[in-house]
Amino acid sequence: ITEVCGAKRVGYFGPAQFYIALKLIAAAQSGFPVRIESIKNELPLPRFMALKNDTEVRYGTPAEFHGVKFQVPHATLEKNSYKRTDEGDKQEPKSPPMSPICSPPASPSTYQRIPLSYGYGKARSGLEQQHAAPYEVRHSTHQQDGPSSGNYGAKSALTCSTPNRSLSVEREQQDSSTQYSDDPWRITEEQRDYYINQFRSLQPDLSAFISGSVAKNFFTKSKLPIPELSHIWELSDVDCDGALTLPEFCAAFHLVVARKNGYQLPETLPETLLPEYLQAACLKPMRDCALFDSYSEPLPGSQQPRDLSRTEKSSAGEVPDNSALLQDGKKDDKQALKVSTTLKTVPKEFQHLTLKTAAQEPNALRARPRSRSYSSTSIEDAMKKGEEPPTPPPRPQKSHSRASSLDLNKIFQQNTQAMRSGWLPPPPPALPPRPSVSQTEQPSEVELHPQMNRPPSQAEENSSAKKEVVLAQPPSKPARRKLRTEAQGLETPELSPTINVTSSLTAVKPHLPVQKQSSKQKRAIQTAIRKNKEANAVLARLNSELQQQLKEVHKERIALETQLEQLRPVTVL
Amino acid sequence: KAACPSQCDLFSSQNYPLYIRSVPTENELKFHYTVHTSLDVVDEKISAMGKALVDQRELYLGLLYPTEDYKVYGYVTNSKVKFVMVVDSSNTALRDNEIRSMFRKLHNSYTDIMCNPFYNPGDRIHSRAFDTMVNSMMMQVC
Repeated sequence: ITEVCGAKRVGYFGPAQFYIALKLIAAAQSGFPVRIESIKNELPLPRFMALKNDTEVRYGTPAEFHGVKFQVPHATLEKNSYKRTDEGDKQEPKSPPMSPICSPPASPSTYQRIPLSYGYGKARSGLEQQHAAPYEVRHSTHQQDGPSSGNYGAKSALTCSTPNRSLSVEREQQDSSTQYSDDPWRITEEQRDYYINQFRSLQPDLSAFISGSVAKNFFTKSKLPIPELSHIWELSDVDCDGALTLPEFCAAFHLVVARKNGYQLPETLPETLLPEYLQAACLKPMRDCALFDSYSEPLPGSQQPRDLSRTEKSSAGEVPDNSALLQDGKKDDKQALKVSTTLKTVPKEFQHLTLKTAAQEPNALRARPRSRSYSSTSIEDAMKKGEEPPTPPPRPQKSHSRASSLDLNKIFQQNTQAMRSGWLPPPPPALPPRPSVSQTEQPSEVELHPQMNRPPSQAEENSSAKKEVVLAQPPSKPARRKLRTEAQGLETPELSPTINVTSSLTAVKPHLPVQKQSSKQKRAIQTAIRKNKEANAVLARLNSELQQQLKEVHKERIALETQLEQLRPVTVL
Repeated sequence: KAACPSQCDLFSSQNYPLYIRSVPTENELKFHYTVHTSLDVVDEKISAMGKALVDQRELYLGLLYPTEDYKVYGYVTNSKVKFVMVVDSSNTALRDNEIRSMFRKLHNSYTDIMCNPFYNPGDRIHSRAFDTMVNSMMMQVC
């Protein structure tokens, strides 16, 4: 085999040779003759019994991933590590254990290796291995294997193009070699969940942005010097739009944490922190969020009368719980410990900070908190079928887009009609005044409740929401206006049937209605949500741009003012 | 042969320097002096321009001293941030397009910096990305 693959000739096993060698081994084990042509066959992965290590094979996590799935063996010591492609739409490169030989952290050098390996990967026939069956995947699990294999899987789910995939393979190899847990630029499961919760505290919609100013305030609390924060921002805001998406935020946060732990900031963003890299990785936590959903206020959809500040408080409160939880589940790795203890300290730091933020943000006239309240309110409103929007949904003010407002109208109207047939969901315990669900429930209550249910700290948001509502009056579409007048006219008895429905509807906690809705309504609501989110994102971007312009204008103004002051004494004299 | 700037400077709207980078040569001080004097010319041209400063305007300043022949190019953004580039004219047939593209790159990088919420307009620019870009630009065909 050595001869055939060319290693004898060149005197070493380069990646190309190694791949071929492994393939030949597989061929030999499958009974094929050891010849170059054999590698063209579809072969299972070669089995290397001798190298199986102490730890178990991990199959659990792949089920969680969509996209390309990899089982990454974290082999520091092992000679051979293999990958499985579950959705075998791509060729599977045989990842060589480059690790022992070269163990620099993921770095540009890996990129150079990629074309080589990729090239050979192409030459070989595709190793489409669908499932674990015919071979064993050797893993030596690192102590962090649980979360980290989750990481890997998600990470590999990320890469769509084969070069990238080879890259991730290489990278994973590299990282597995450099002792996975030691890589300071890799985000662990706990860290990611923590970051995501923090993101949520700033911006409940995980697919939207955090604006620059909000992020600035947030990161300034970490007490890092401004130039460093500036550099961190520069590294993590890859698309340079002045706002952070979830992966960008995770990267930035991770850099902050690393810096606080004494690591020097890199010159360029490490691969493991690239948004593309984190993007799919972040998709996994979205699913894992189901875990946390029970005790953390998750998506805005099911948000409702749970107020946002409660969200923040609970999420801040959960973080130590989460990290504690996760900690228990894992063996102790020094790094993991270190990281998570620092995480714990950092969370504590941020804990009260997020609480403060919760209090502060409503007071700050920023679009972000406002949009947060809007995104949740509008979605709640969408959730409340047929309810006359108590606070005419922020949506019109935000986007004034016909589509969304029409959607809402349609939803309401169709829901109103559908629901009119006396659907009386059980009143939610959290809304004591409502449960009486009487026919004569005051519509004003209906309107006020969603707002009153939020804690006083949200009062600001609500009032601003109301203000926005008022502002939105003129531009709203006629249909919407009709709804609004209906809302206002709820007090009139002739609308009481609607009131019955709406009050009963409003009496219901959103997550209950969700379960009871027909799928059509669900779909309609989901489109509404989607449109909402899009509008939200657009507006957020617009807002950040405008804020920058505002900054510049301010500067100009200040300059002018100083000039004026300079001139004034002259004239006075 | 493309133009190789000997110096790139960025000045704020109040004409204080935000960024200065030069290819190390002798007479760097001379460059600094030249650049500062050219600011006057730039200001002159701005005021002459009047209103409607749309998009990208490029001011070509043909400061040519008899003794040393180099050219100074200027560029102003609509927020009055000035870019000044000193190019040694002895080594090139300068192409206007190239100068423009260099200024455009500078401008783009500058806007990227502006996007950073930790950057206050008017601060010195310490961005490493910006440095890299300027260096590569200045070295490119030297």
